Amino acid sequence: MDKDEIRKMFPALSEKVYGKDLVYLDNAATSQRALSVVDKWVQMSTQTNANIHRAVHALSVKATEEYEAARDAVKEFIGAADRSEIVFTSGTTASINLVAFSFGERFVGEGDEIIVTEEEHHSNIVPWQMLCSRKKAELRVVKVADDGYLDLEHLKSLLSPKTRIVAVAHISNVLGIINPVKEIVDICHAKGVPVLVDGAQGIVHCGVNVQDLDCDFYAFSGHKIYAATGTGVLYGKKKWLDEMPPYMGGGEMIETVTFEGTTYARSPQKFEAGTQNIAGAPTLIPAIETARILKENEDDSVLKYVLDALMKDERITLYGVPRGTNDKVPVFSFSVKGAHHEDLALILDKMGIAVRSGQMCAEPLMDRLGVTGLLRASFAPYNTLEEAQYFIKSLDRAINMLI
Amino acid sequence: MDLQEAKEKIVEDFSMFDEWLDKYEYLIGLGKELEEYPEEARTEDRLIKGCQSRVWLDSEKRDGRLYFKADSDAIITKGIISLLVSVYSGRTPDEIAGDDFSFLDEIGLKENLSPTRAGGLTSMIETLKRTAEEAK
Repeated sequence: MDKDEIRKMFPALSEKVYGKDLVYLDNAATSQRALSVVDKWVQMSTQTNANIHRAVHALSVKATEEYEAARDAVKEFIGAADRSEIVFTSGTTASINLVAFSFGERFVGEGDEIIVTEEEHHSNIVPWQMLCSRKKAELRVVKVADDGYLDLEHLKSLLSPKTRIVAVAHISNVLGIINPVKEIVDICHAKGVPVLVDGAQGIVHCGVNVQDLDCDFYAFSGHKIYAATGTGVLYGKKKWLDEMPPYMGGGEMIETVTFEGTTYARSPQKFEAGTQNIAGAPTLIPAIETARILKENEDDSVLKYVLDALMKDERITLYGVPRGTNDKVPVFSFSVKGAHHEDLALILDKMGIAVRSGQMCAEPLMDRLGVTGLLRASFAPYNTLEEAQYFIKSLDRAINMLI
Repeated sequence: MDLQEAKEKIVEDFSMFDEWLDKYEYLIGLGKELEEYPEEARTEDRLIKGCQSRVWLDSEKRDGRLYFKADSDAIITKGIISLLVSVYSGRTPDEIAGDDFSFLDEIGLKENLSPTRAGGLTSMIETLKRTAEEAK
């Protein structure tokens, strides 16, 4: 399939802004919706709308089948061992909060330690801080080197008999460096410590197999892989999910309810209280199919071109410089000497280019890098080399306007 | 140049540009023209709240008129505050407090700023008006 055909799958990509072709380079924030995803949502809303898991009527049965088929699709997509290990949430943030609460309730006590890293998104910091303050536990932070790589020796030194869980990004949404998650899992497991992987970016760029990674939890959002917003996944190993208490109470998550006491359903229903995202979750099926097609047709020409152009420009400092050839994904955060990231983003916007400026929900990492914010261009497999070239040319023009 | 003439000049300058990129270039030019901001006035209480980038505004009353100095770490924002300073510096508190700032709508500044930036512009206007009220 060529790029033109692929781009036709995403109606938003042919939008115009200020009369110019939209060049959408904010994919790390959210990707565009595939038409097949929109079609699925329309079908669920117009032909298959009924509450799931409840009624015996035909429409409810059909809706339940669609919803559960999405669970099977996700299980296959990430290589989980069992469908009960796939919990639907509203997104990565909700998935991490679920673990921080439920795992924390069961396994974390006063004086225990939780480990995160300096490069985490706020979503993989704040829920753990909340857990620590609830349980009087302590948050320990793994250092990041100047080039954006995690200091694994530091991680090893932080692991202690008090460590209850390690939470780490598969890929930082700022740095775009693929972390050696499998190695991190091995290091932690050797000390008997489980690992949660924030896969918000990793799910887009890495062929994820949770059994191969051997991680204990893997959290991601549907909207970054072309699915409807408000869809999210928590993968958790059965042995943990079985032990964890529910996060929210309500309908569907129970076995029996009396005023003397309630018993809970098993995973995943235990963690899916209330009416679920009935129209949204099934869009994961066409979204996963879309992600597969895009992955098959992806080449590294955009990555190489942009990396080379940014690295050789002396006005630019790139954060997240790859040491090896397969470590970097096309997420580029950088600063420009003498030009404010906000000014650059504003000018690029008028040129039709959507980029992000600011702290990218990673304030501690900005502090670590010694910057108040950065400019970020993040590419998806549907972005073309022509778009990358236009971006580099426009960036040069914007810089010249400002300095 | 009286206040009305100063505003008309800005509207006329802006009408020369069709493209917003050119308008930005004009704002950047204004930002670069801004008189150097005194280091000792770079204080927390002179920061305009509600702006995404940092904007400082310093005022001084002389012979019944208000004189402004301003700065920002982002150059387009600096251009916007520079535009306001060029129009309103040297006016009486009554003139500033009684002005409706509608020439900014005429040049389409608000619509062409992202919501967060437009909020910043509103904060700048409010700060000017408040300063004028207090100086009456």
